Amino acid sequence: MALPVEREQELELEQLEVELLLEGIFRRYGFDFREYAPASLRRRLRRRMDGEGVETVSALQDLILHDRAVMERLLLDLSVNVTAMFRDPSFYAAFREKVVPALRTYPFSRIWVAGCSTGEEVYSLAILLAEEGLTDRVRIYATDINQAVIDVARLGVFPLDKMQEYTQNYIRAGGERSFSEYYVARYDGARFAASLVDGVVFAQHNLVSDAAFNEFQVISCRNVMIYFAQSLQEHVHQLFYDSLAMFGVLALGQKETIRFSRYESCFEELDTEERLYKKVR
Amino acid sequence: MSYEVIAIGASWGGLQAVSTLLEGIPAELDQAIVIAQHRSAESTRGTLEGLLQRHTPRPVLEPSDKELVEPGRVYLAPANYHLLVDATRFALSVDERVQFARPSIDVLFDSIAQAYRDRAIGIVLTGANADGAAGLAAIKRNGGVAIVQDPATATKKAMPEAAIAAAQADAVLPLEEIGSFLHGLCCS
Repeated sequence: MALPVEREQELELEQLEVELLLEGIFRRYGFDFREYAPASLRRRLRRRMDGEGVETVSALQDLILHDRAVMERLLLDLSVNVTAMFRDPSFYAAFREKVVPALRTYPFSRIWVAGCSTGEEVYSLAILLAEEGLTDRVRIYATDINQAVIDVARLGVFPLDKMQEYTQNYIRAGGERSFSEYYVARYDGARFAASLVDGVVFAQHNLVSDAAFNEFQVISCRNVMIYFAQSLQEHVHQLFYDSLAMFGVLALGQKETIRFSRYESCFEELDTEERLYKKVR
Repeated sequence: MSYEVIAIGASWGGLQAVSTLLEGIPAELDQAIVIAQHRSAESTRGTLEGLLQRHTPRPVLEPSDKELVEPGRVYLAPANYHLLVDATRFALSVDERVQFARPSIDVLFDSIAQAYRDRAIGIVLTGANADGAAGLAAIKRNGGVAIVQDPATATKKAMPEAAIAAAQADAVLPLEEIGSFLHGLCCS
């Protein structure tokens, strides 16, 4: 069985269309998706094409370049990462056990949640820090490329029908109280206590194009870089390396690694399974 | 034609089916084997790997993001992630479930069709939904080979039946015969 010539030409054409679209978005709007991982990017473009009712990437490009509203919808498709409160409970358990003791040694420390999306992880960390009595000594900086999701994160209202799942996660993560203490149910939303995020700095930050902006004791960037090609990951690894204090901790998603990065030797594994890395040089 | 990857999709009844299939794959085949088996988001880390490892001498592992796809290994999509391939490396995604599944067979097969084209073999096994049908059709459309477990021999027929309806299968076989069919494809 062989690849028919016409199909090969179709695939090549589609590849060209995708490259032109990404170049166009960059030059028209300044968002750079040119080094995103191609397979997921293609799926997300396909979703937007279905949403806009167009058949080809070129037709999507036409809409995007002429209509900012379409670009905003695509930006949501491309940049919103699905997440959950206390996703991977074992990560939060490890954070309590291995990162919290280090945070206690500082009079004041900073955590950067890079790519915070709609804020589920920010609230999870804020709850954990509150239970450890560290709220006043640790400031969370939560950033995302997309202002729309930051606004959602700041509100702290999550779907009520998720609370059962999140409660399970919270318990498995070593939560010490009743999870329902942290929110009030209103209509179909669960509104989390504003006091949890009083001290959190929410800001727009683009990992692709913006520079380091502070020094951190912890950087958490979980399941964000999986959407980046290797070259862009390398760029972000450098940004994180530059932004971490010596002996600071980098937290990645459970299937992410710095093993393939040139910064590998700058880190030691603090927890192999939970992908916690400590900067040592 | 030289094939480089064998992609397997399975759902309900999949553990037993995949185990039987792996046992029947001849030792000479050195293709990378990539499996998307529907599983619970909370499934305990390492359990499925361990269970499948009992049925094959090839190393069974859950790949990390950007890990190279290497011949002679069995890769398993991690729980609660979609597994994809970009050119020669694995990529992961936490995008929404596709047809209620994450990992989704369609997502894996689609990316494999794109990355490997006519060097890919896709196999759809037992299951009670239609995941894998569109993905298998994509593999076929890009010149790859489509194999489906004979529905009459499957624990749940819906998934193989949907795959047969969507893709012009090159072979519809009981599990025990898929190994020798692969041998014919890859070693002749």
